[in-house]
Amino acid sequence: MTGVPKDCDPVITVRGLRNAFGDQVIHDDVNLTVCRGEILGVVGGSGTGKSVLLRSIIGLQTPEAGEIEVLGENMVGRTEDEAKNIRRRWGILFQNGALFSTLTVAENVEVPIREYFPFITPPLLDEIASYKIAMGGLHADAGPKYPSELSGGMVKRAGLARALALDPELLFLDEPTAGLDPIAAAAFDELIRSLQKRLDLTVFLITHDLDTLHAICDRIAVLADRKVIAVGTIPELLALDHPWIQEYFNGPRGRAAAENYEEGATV
Amino acid sequence: MAEVTEQETDRPEGSVYRVAGALTITRAATTQREIDALADPLTIDLSKIDRMDTVGAWIVYRTVRDRGAKVIGASRDEVSLLKEVGEFDKPARVIPDEPHGVSNVFRELGQWVAEAGTTLVGLLGFFGATLIGFANIIRRPRKFRLNAVVQRFDVVGVRALGIIGLMSFLIGIVIAQQGAVQLAQFGAEVYTINLIGRITVRELGVLMTAIMVAGRSGSAFAAQLGTMKITEEIDAMRTIGVSPIEALVLPRMMASILMMPLLGFWAILAALFGGGLFVWFDLQIPPLTYIQRLHDVIPLTDLWIALIKAPVFGFIIALAGCFQGMLVEGNSEQVGSRTTAAVVQSIFLVIVLDSVFAVFFSSIGWV
Repeated sequence: MTGVPKDCDPVITVRGLRNAFGDQVIHDDVNLTVCRGEILGVVGGSGTGKSVLLRSIIGLQTPEAGEIEVLGENMVGRTEDEAKNIRRRWGILFQNGALFSTLTVAENVEVPIREYFPFITPPLLDEIASYKIAMGGLHADAGPKYPSELSGGMVKRAGLARALALDPELLFLDEPTAGLDPIAAAAFDELIRSLQKRLDLTVFLITHDLDTLHAICDRIAVLADRKVIAVGTIPELLALDHPWIQEYFNGPRGRAAAENYEEGATV
Repeated sequence: MAEVTEQETDRPEGSVYRVAGALTITRAATTQREIDALADPLTIDLSKIDRMDTVGAWIVYRTVRDRGAKVIGASRDEVSLLKEVGEFDKPARVIPDEPHGVSNVFRELGQWVAEAGTTLVGLLGFFGATLIGFANIIRRPRKFRLNAVVQRFDVVGVRALGIIGLMSFLIGIVIAQQGAVQLAQFGAEVYTINLIGRITVRELGVLMTAIMVAGRSGSAFAAQLGTMKITEEIDAMRTIGVSPIEALVLPRMMASILMMPLLGFWAILAALFGGGLFVWFDLQIPPLTYIQRLHDVIPLTDLWIALIKAPVFGFIIALAGCFQGMLVEGNSEQVGSRTTAAVVQSIFLVIVLDSVFAVFFSSIGWV
């Protein structure tokens, strides 16, 4: 089942994607569509190529075959100059934050703005960085700190603030809640949800966190056997008879997350 | 693209800023400039815009905040966006405060002295720790990591043969050529062989090898250990009960101590070979005569000097490299600066020790 909703305005389209490292085939004929305004969660066991899929979509990994379209533009075989226009319209939160270690948090947030809009005056630039930092859920004290002085959760939030710097239409998050405590993870879920609503974002989210899937994802894509084997809401996926999906959502952790979410929804 | 439809400045009740289209980051710099140019009291009319992002909202918000401007014609979405942006108005500093002025100069000088002191003490401590490591291995030879050491032999020694050989060969040629030109002025070209023989065997062979090993292996030691420090591999080793000194530092140290004399000897041979080629082609001294002459002019003590210095230099290079690597903390930038420090320190120490050795060996009569 890889059905696309009828009223879908595709933001990311992946067709027939094939990725391989030497003899090891990671993806073979992967198809996926992400619609405007949705939060799409991507799940899959370790080593199924979730991060490779992300890297292919954002152009860090050249696929062996297949087509990738982001925001209506073909991503495969583009020149650097062409890709710039697309890069201005997305924000990416890497798994480990990938903050520039020689710059402070505020300077990190300013990097994309300086790159694309060099004429913004320094006072305005600093103010923009300040409110992006607050928007990322960080205290103002974090602005002049260097990444090595931050905790894991703060690194993620600073990374999110940098990803939001250019008011992107499309946000890529690679395991945003991994390594966070449950309270911080729940707060981060909440933050992403509210930002998504507020800024009308489309979010492509890789996660292992069942709570995140229940709490904020509109649709979920399952990567297994080198393919996207299914895309849909959790009830739709549960209706399928695939052993991995059943075990994933109906395992002890999956059930616990589902119960929590139902309780939370009724309260 | 937004268009400014009206900028009225001559009305008695102040100016009106009216934009149409998209009020987004794309136009942020221009919008700010246009607003700054208008006189108070200011009214911002948003009725014609069709898109506003948070940067656009922020510009409107800060104008209201700083200049008491009035906003009219905002839709419900825009009003809520303006409100939300206002919630995030928590000014943050961009860079940490740093003191300036004369006191700062003294502060930095003091810090530098303190740092130099702690580095020296730390180096001594590290030296002690490696000695303890050596002692442990001698007491319990079973813990000796032969595989790791052999692997380092390959990296530090075998793989360096090519570059060190080539470098020494060229140095031999240069010494021969420069020597021949100068000595020819006295009609003493034949002494070129004395020059090549003694300077390469006694000094340059091992010194140049040490510099090359410091650049090739000392830096690699610092970078490897530094990276392992950042990725917490060294912490993991400690918690498992493996001593990083025994597992990481000693194999590198042994490799560098044992490989330096071999590489140094190889470098000497290559330099003598290069010099010999030059004398043969330029001064028409045949190889056999060259070898005979080398045999006559180089005292055996010169070779001993080289072979005694080499392992000491190797030890210094490995010590500085591993020590700096273990000092890395925090971010990846430190790996770079520590690697540089390792190379600079080891080359400096090697040259200082070389002069100490020169004085020492001369004074015991090995001239």
